[in-house]
Amino acid sequence: MRRRNFLGAVSAGIGGVWLTGHWPEIAAAADAASRAVADPGAATLQVLSADERGEIDAIASRILPSDDGPGAREAGVVYFIDRALGTFAGDARPLVSAGLATLSATVKTTYPDNARFSALEPDAQDRMLQTIESDAFFQFVRWGTIAGFLANPSYGGNRGKVGWRWIGFEDRFVWQEPFGYYDREDSGGS
Amino acid sequence: MARDLVDFAIVGAGAAGGVVAKELSEAGFRVVVLEQGPRLAEPDFVHDEIWSRNVHGLTNDHRLQPNTRRATERDVATVVPTITYGRTVGGGTVHYTGNFWRFHEIDFVERSRRGGVPGTGLDDWPITYADLEPYYSKAEWVLGVSGQAGVNPQEPPRSRPYPMPPLPIKPAGVLMERGARKLGWTPSPAPMAILSRPYQGRPACVQCGFCEWFGCEMGAKSSTLETVIPAAEQTGRCEIRSGSYVRKIEVDQRGRVTGVVYFDSRKRERFQPARAVVVCANGAETPRLLLMSKSNRFPDGLANSSGLVGKYLMYNGGAFSGGLFEHEINGYRGVHVSRIMQDFYELDPALGIMGGGAIDTRFDFAPIDFALEGLPGDVPAWGAGFKQALREYYNRTVYALAHTSSLPVETNSISLDPEVKDAWGLPAIRVTFQEHENDVRLYQWFRERTLELLAAAGAIKRWSYPLDTYYPAVHLLGTCRMGNDPARSVVDRSHRAHDVPNLFLVDGSSFVTGGRGQPTGTIQALAFRAGDEITRLAESGALGRG
Repeated sequence: MRRRNFLGAVSAGIGGVWLTGHWPEIAAAADAASRAVADPGAATLQVLSADERGEIDAIASRILPSDDGPGAREAGVVYFIDRALGTFAGDARPLVSAGLATLSATVKTTYPDNARFSALEPDAQDRMLQTIESDAFFQFVRWGTIAGFLANPSYGGNRGKVGWRWIGFEDRFVWQEPFGYYDREDSGGS
Repeated sequence: MARDLVDFAIVGAGAAGGVVAKELSEAGFRVVVLEQGPRLAEPDFVHDEIWSRNVHGLTNDHRLQPNTRRATERDVATVVPTITYGRTVGGGTVHYTGNFWRFHEIDFVERSRRGGVPGTGLDDWPITYADLEPYYSKAEWVLGVSGQAGVNPQEPPRSRPYPMPPLPIKPAGVLMERGARKLGWTPSPAPMAILSRPYQGRPACVQCGFCEWFGCEMGAKSSTLETVIPAAEQTGRCEIRSGSYVRKIEVDQRGRVTGVVYFDSRKRERFQPARAVVVCANGAETPRLLLMSKSNRFPDGLANSSGLVGKYLMYNGGAFSGGLFEHEINGYRGVHVSRIMQDFYELDPALGIMGGGAIDTRFDFAPIDFALEGLPGDVPAWGAGFKQALREYYNRTVYALAHTSSLPVETNSISLDPEVKDAWGLPAIRVTFQEHENDVRLYQWFRERTLELLAAAGAIKRWSYPLDTYYPAVHLLGTCRMGNDPARSVVDRSHRAHDVPNLFLVDGSSFVTGGRGQPTGTIQALAFRAGDEITRLAESGALGRG
């Protein structure tokens, strides 16, 4: 499937003699290079509790909201963060637990009948996050949200490559000039 | 457990170690190369930022090998990830951008040409550009470097053209051409260690765009992993032993090196006896290893009678500015750099700023890195405005990066942290570094030029990043400097330690000055030259009997 996509991309846009003569090698290399871009698997949590999931998802949705197109929620950022905490970012697990506990306490103090950040209105959520945006906890969730939006989908986020599509990154493995507007203009192309 | 005696144990299989391994094994010597990191191959080189940047698939992992940092010797150093290097067979040449510049004549004689600078150890090299020129040519042809000779008016004399033409120009290169020419400057094609044509059985680059921080899945980047290391192995006299972390160089009672002690990949301690040792571990790990190799005979660390092991650390500084353009740049497509300009390689002495620099235009951010580091300071850090900016800037941004000289300051150094240890129980690297005042002015001067260039190229918005030293520090230079005077340098002009007849140090640590960025070509030219020098000394019997 991936290789077919790749060869489709090659045949659609590229006519270089060398490339034509070397499809098998290029395809093999690209296939290996793209192996991390695989199905993320089932959306199950390994580290976060359901409550924590809801709170992290609510924070991430303020960092990359969904109003104007797919955001953190559609990208499945919380699943990326969960997987990161279960693997290479395991060191941050205590930070996340403590950060969520502090956030919950702050919410409760400010809104005595509500202990959940995720239940607040978006404006109230933003005001709350502004007070913690220099904290290590928020910095970690911001990093996880951005990485989960733009990482290889194999890590559980960037579902359907929505993050890559949003910024205009296309995961092809071969490009050829013209790369953009200005080199096309200089070469007299249209 | 002892191993068979070899002629040379080489510590580090990176930019220099790979070259030295080829040169010595082809000269007939038996060589073992001990590399901390794993041996990877093309199928391992995935387009995966998390693996590269967070799992540390190619570089040292600060959680296992922390370093500490402080500005001056009066400060207490704290743990801050700072020193970053390639930790795999091939070293930094696996994941580097591929910029392959030569130093110019001035870099070797700046002190005698321009005079000393108070508070620095600015000095001439004991070799000149003319001594190194044949080895730049050799490096370009053996490794495979693309470029175009004769178009850069600042280019130093060269005996051979590049072995292949430059890579295609990218939008950022076109904009460099437009802006620089408007300003009366002279852009030229970037010399890159990336193949523009099939070469010696390796394919040409297909412009996937994953160069800096990534290994090349095509083998088109001319890393030592793809070039000289297989050639060394082909001799049948070179073993590359990955997963081997050297902790000490042993000496005998005569003060001669006898071999190295290292941890294998299961943390078992091993000894590799050798008639001579060549340390190519980079400008941070080489001095660290010498400082860890204390003995009764060398109580301040091996080869350190001058007290200069670890001193005069230089990083290369510079300035980094961004420009937003009206139309599509698509900078993520293809090799990062296609044009450079070196008109300000030597600043006019009337400016009163020592040194100089060069500028390239580029886009070298994979998506996550861009979102974290690539936006201007006036963009919100999160929320709808941040999300819109990601889309607005990603494919329309060009960066102008200035690379400058760095003055060698004795107190800027690599030393052993007295408290922090790594996961093997070895002392962590302690970095002491504060920019010389001249260099801060130099960065500022170049920042103004990068912004001018972007304006002349037609940027509709421009911004710049702070002028602090760039971290992570990846150009690690000057910490075991080369010289003729044993009181003022660590190695001689043949890279032999003044204090130890059968110990050689070959990597960025040998540099006396830091050039104007992009040190890899010079590290590798030095390594080819060191191969000849070491061979000559060994064949003449000058290394003595092991």
